[in-house]
Amino acid sequence: MQSTTPQRPGSSRPRLEILSSTAIRRVHEATLDVIERVGVRFPSERALDAWEAAGASVDRETSVVRATGELVERALRTAPPAYTLAARDPARDLPLDGQHVYLGTDGCGIEVLDPWTLSIRRSALQDVADIARVADALDAIAFHWVAVSAQDRPPVTRALEEVAAVWRNSTKHVQTESIVTPGEAAAAIEMAAAIAGGAAALRRRPVLSLMQCTISPLAHDGGALDASLVAAEAGVPVGFMTMASCAFSGPATVAGSLVVGNAEVIAALAMLQLAYPGAPVYYAAAQTAMDLRSGAYTGGGPEDFLFGAATNELADFYGVPLSMGAYATGAKRSDWQAGVENGLSAFMASVSGADMLLGAGLLHGSRIWSYEQLLLDTEIDGIVQAMLRGVPVDAEALALEAIEAVGPGGDYLTSEHTRAHMRELWQARYLDRRPYSQWEADPDKPHRDALERARTLLRDHRPEPLEPGLDRELGRIIAAHGQAAGLPVGVG
Amino acid sequence: MTDQLLSAMRQSVIDGDAAVATTLAEEALAAGMPPLDAIDKGFVPGLSWVGEQFGLGELFLPDMMLAARAMQKGLAVLEPEMARQATTRSVLGRVVIGTVKGDIHEIGKNLVGMMLSTSGFEVHDLGVDVAPERFVEAARLHDADLVGVSALLTTTMAGQRTVVEAIEAAGLRARVKVIVGGAPASAQWATEIGADGYSEDAIGAVALARRLLRVGETVAAG
Repeated sequence: MQSTTPQRPGSSRPRLEILSSTAIRRVHEATLDVIERVGVRFPSERALDAWEAAGASVDRETSVVRATGELVERALRTAPPAYTLAARDPARDLPLDGQHVYLGTDGCGIEVLDPWTLSIRRSALQDVADIARVADALDAIAFHWVAVSAQDRPPVTRALEEVAAVWRNSTKHVQTESIVTPGEAAAAIEMAAAIAGGAAALRRRPVLSLMQCTISPLAHDGGALDASLVAAEAGVPVGFMTMASCAFSGPATVAGSLVVGNAEVIAALAMLQLAYPGAPVYYAAAQTAMDLRSGAYTGGGPEDFLFGAATNELADFYGVPLSMGAYATGAKRSDWQAGVENGLSAFMASVSGADMLLGAGLLHGSRIWSYEQLLLDTEIDGIVQAMLRGVPVDAEALALEAIEAVGPGGDYLTSEHTRAHMRELWQARYLDRRPYSQWEADPDKPHRDALERARTLLRDHRPEPLEPGLDRELGRIIAAHGQAAGLPVGVG
Repeated sequence: MTDQLLSAMRQSVIDGDAAVATTLAEEALAAGMPPLDAIDKGFVPGLSWVGEQFGLGELFLPDMMLAARAMQKGLAVLEPEMARQATTRSVLGRVVIGTVKGDIHEIGKNLVGMMLSTSGFEVHDLGVDVAPERFVEAARLHDADLVGVSALLTTTMAGQRTVVEAIEAAGLRARVKVIVGGAPASAQWATEIGADGYSEDAIGAVALARRLLRVGETVAAG
């Protein structure tokens, strides 16, 4: 176990450490205690076999695994601390080296705020494609989650069609949380291998990563476990996300829910390492607190932000990358609440060192896709990324020569130093900095600008298409999977 | 003595203390109190008070759940005696709930079950990963007025439609209302699959059940 990701020498990057090393150690020890005494449910023969072979106590009746702290720690040691998420376009590869925060789109919504009619409707495959196309064009978006569910497609091939739709419309990395059976995983990996140029190439350049949700408290889904093993075997990065929520699926205290979530995630990652030592894995979390009056998932609030920062430190402690739920406001429209929640969650997760950040564009607790929100979220990302550059202090930045040249009085408007550095200053796209009179005449302009930007991209952005043979190959793989799963020929 | 006991029973529910509620129910029986009195004058006023405070925002969902659990434990003691005396509590309606086949998420469904039960419905919880035919069987067995179907995943929510269809195919649809819930469900989805209603949370589910079963409406005479 390492303490924290070392800061690059000379870096001005700010870093928040919300848990002391003693506190991290206590959470870790409590977690090991839970895994050893309470256990975690792994309803998958393959997963149970991996645990049993390593000497864990396995109850085949209940599928509950109890493993010693020593075993869990030993297993986690083979997890690679850094690797690269590859993209169709290698220039868009994402090294998970602890020095970057990459923003992805959110997932997986079920409705879309239609960008043309502005009415809300159920999401379909075309929306997955359109969102991928817009996100492909946005510099702030580094990778994709499948943003909405293709509810017009048959469930057996839906997850595969979604992933293919993203690849067909973007050259960025794809991470999906909707591949939840081993059959789907095998087909998705076959598609990824076709794109990467074969199984060996995929291992070097994983253009796909999988994310599985735990079932809090302290349980996993069998299909998801089997799918994760298929991915690990192929060298495709796979993560487990806990959403253990205070007073609902986790204890009411943040520390208690951290322990429950941590036990779920590290037990799953340890299992993958036991089965396939060295397989690229990552930690994922989107924890929150239950709304005490309605029982609802809140998607924003101080506990979420604390989870965001604390989880980073746990992932660093285990030496694995982190995909952290941020953004994903509970607000129903792009408003004050959305700004507060997405701004604070993104900042807290970023300043504590998340590698992957989820996710831009969804409203109402990850239910409703909004293009306007996507663009507004990229503005938040711009602010956060600018803050992450910190305050570099060197001779050039201290600007002594310029200060001397201008002297007392005067101004820096025409200083050479200004000309050299002014473009480092962050510039607003959607924050309203217009004069009052202009605002009064057109108060909604920033919101409209965000939407119009998305509309322009929807109309005009043409991502680099898949080579036609490859496109057909993806279609063939999906159809074959559909037929094997019982769909009539020609569907799926 | 009786008043003191009833007052203590009321308080045990307010405190959410299942152990005390159980002991007091035993004492009530030993003292020869009619079980229905113990329920209606002891436990129910406690639960009503918690419900009122919850409605005012002074108490929270876990307070409600603790109170409901305490009352259930007390009722479990009283029920054998009620059966012996051939008395029954009136219920607002009979409800069958469960999570669809292929889905093992249950906390939200449990919450709805507990809230319905607390509100006076008779609830039969089939658990998780429930096949459509089991919903049908249970609806028939318990003469259900309402079937509640939960799904948490976009990949399993299609199972809610299957349950509606199975109930239809079994010829029960005319007398059984179907409601759906879970993160991917919506009012629009409920309409589309021919269900009778949707609620985003457990409190709403109780209101929905009351509305669908026309609880609290008086039947016009003549």
